[in-house]
Amino acid sequence: MATDVTQQGSGRSRPQYSGFAGLESGSRPAYQRLQRGRARVDAAESLERGLGWFSIGLGAAAVAAPRLVCWLTGLRSPTLMRLVGVRELTAGIGILTQRDRAPWLWSRAVGDTFDLAALSVALARRGRRGRAAVALAAVAGVTALDVLAATRLTGSRVGRTLPGASGKTDIYLERSIAVSKSPEECYRFWRSFENLPRFMQSLESVRQLDERRSRWVAKGPMAMRLEWTSEITTDRPGEELGWRTLDDSGAANAGSVRFEVAPAGRGTIVRVSLHYSPLGGALGAGLVKLLGHDPQSRIREDLRRFKQVMETGEIPTTQGQPTGRRGLFGRVTEQWGLAQ
Amino acid sequence: MKANVWYGREQVRVEDVPDPKILNPRDAIVRITSTAICGSDLHIYDGYIPGMMAGDIIGHEFMGEIVEVGPEVKNLKVGDRVVNPFPISCGGCFFCQQSQYSLCENSNPNAWLAEKLWGHSPAGLFGYSHLLGGYAGGQAQYARIPFADVGPIKVPENLSDEQVLFLSDVFPTGYMAAEQCGIRQGDTVAVWGCGPVGLFAIKSARLLGAERVIAIDRFPARLRKASQWADAETLNYEQVDVAEALQVMTGGRGPDACIDAVGMEGHAHGIFGSYDRLKQALMLESDRPPALRQALMTCRNGGTVSIPGVYGGLVDKIPFGAVVNRALTLKSGQTHVQRYLKPLLELIEKGSIDPSFVVTHRLRLEDAPRGYRMFRDKQDSCIKVVLKPWADVPTVEADEVTASGRILH
Repeated sequence: MATDVTQQGSGRSRPQYSGFAGLESGSRPAYQRLQRGRARVDAAESLERGLGWFSIGLGAAAVAAPRLVCWLTGLRSPTLMRLVGVRELTAGIGILTQRDRAPWLWSRAVGDTFDLAALSVALARRGRRGRAAVALAAVAGVTALDVLAATRLTGSRVGRTLPGASGKTDIYLERSIAVSKSPEECYRFWRSFENLPRFMQSLESVRQLDERRSRWVAKGPMAMRLEWTSEITTDRPGEELGWRTLDDSGAANAGSVRFEVAPAGRGTIVRVSLHYSPLGGALGAGLVKLLGHDPQSRIREDLRRFKQVMETGEIPTTQGQPTGRRGLFGRVTEQWGLAQ
Repeated sequence: MKANVWYGREQVRVEDVPDPKILNPRDAIVRITSTAICGSDLHIYDGYIPGMMAGDIIGHEFMGEIVEVGPEVKNLKVGDRVVNPFPISCGGCFFCQQSQYSLCENSNPNAWLAEKLWGHSPAGLFGYSHLLGGYAGGQAQYARIPFADVGPIKVPENLSDEQVLFLSDVFPTGYMAAEQCGIRQGDTVAVWGCGPVGLFAIKSARLLGAERVIAIDRFPARLRKASQWADAETLNYEQVDVAEALQVMTGGRGPDACIDAVGMEGHAHGIFGSYDRLKQALMLESDRPPALRQALMTCRNGGTVSIPGVYGGLVDKIPFGAVVNRALTLKSGQTHVQRYLKPLLELIEKGSIDPSFVVTHRLRLEDAPRGYRMFRDKQDSCIKVVLKPWADVPTVEADEVTASGRILH
């Protein structure tokens, strides 16, 4: 018996963060893409940490022995040198301790340009040209490294916040919710596409065209209207539904919803995987996220509403209840549908 | 209808607002005959509950008569007299099925907001901020009750409003606080705070078999209630060092269980009291926890600290080393009121307890702002204010001498 349970556990019933079932072959599983991304991050990381320690070393020297550093670089003002030291220490600590290093690396790059300017002035003066020239060359080299590290980090930001994204415009996401109903019940409700607008907030209608194809109409961000035709790629009753869009409508996506048996009679884990290209690329994705229209939040809330319909038969709301007079904040919040 | 509306710190006003309507098939509308001000409403009044919006109708302890039911409510009919529990619970989710009603997964339409602050969302509550659903509250003439087939309990006509009203919150809350202590024969239970929840916790601890109950407060009227009504020993923390007194009273071991019925606006003397007030004012901590600190420090090794007092966010200087090294058990949570309605109503019917003893003041709904001030500042030895939404006779107030003596009408 125990073996049976173990086998079952490693089979379809175990919730896994991996999947991309429902897509045709050829697309790599999400976790592979994640790993490749990570190796790249490791290489960049040693450069970033190196720059952080360099900052601290330089900063400590400039604060502790400003005159010596002035002499070495051909600069004149020890007070200014101390300030440079404080700036360097701050940037170094920022790079080494903060999770998001990009702004600290950029602050280094900005500081570098200041140093380059100061050294150029020193170079123009007579007397200490030799040392100033060497310092200028060194700072120029470090500047190049700073800019390299900072741009690389900034470029990979989309990949870091959205798990599994393989490029800047190609986003993968996965979201699940536990529902106290059987996988069969959940599948049946979802498979009747006319039910979908009941819990998918931005969806206006779904019309079945034939066995496999259907026409979808949805409200997009900023009152845009999106329409597309979708095709079922996988249909395993009680287990899984997969789909992809057929026409390029600006809402191109492919994905699946799986209905996994939760252990010990705890109902179903409903798991949605979605692969899509956001309108306007990474910038567009960031914008809709700001507006709360990003697929990540939408799917989270739609899944919650699916659970509410399945478990309670209705979607709890307060819209239409009495209130006193709302202030400006309350009116804006209600208008934008940010909270009930 | 008339309703008590929150507009900001220390600003509540009774105003005319639209009547509530049925919005979902499992809703019901109740015409409220009695409603109370809860100690936790004072946190809203003082501006410490996040997620409040000007214009919110507040109040979560109410009862009345059903005047309308949605098509899916089969167990109630128009005319039923009901008491309504303060958490809103669907009855069908994982937690409701385990009778953990205040953790309902479905009743908070703003769950994502609560998830940002607390990690996961609990149930929606009546009149208790948009973090907890933004539902209109019950200090009003009417209220809409979502999932009315799960929450409200019908109450017999021979019991007065004030005997059953507190089933909505403070009685089950005090009871759950005591139940969570796992009281065994011979146990000593110490209770910080002798407001309504503290008093019900004291009485419940007695009912559940505690040998001794020690009540801690600084208001003589409240300590007197604790000693007269529930036979508690009392400590006035303005007069004695509570930690030392508890040591002496328990042979140096400490109480077997401690109940913090104070919550986020705790009061303390000396440097620590000022420290918490300063930090709270600077928004460096959201809650002031002196009672919780003392409960953790004085509880016996391996004992239980039960926390019915409301905390909203972050607290500071919690002696967690005491929890780990002395194997303390922490118990808390918003009350799973629905779980306690039936058994506690039976206790009332049997005469084991008469909850109306906590009432000190009866006011018209219109006088709610005065009620809040009076309750917050403990004027006139105020312990519990009951509001009457339909009374048009002049306000009748009871004082300490005639407490629970006179009834409106």
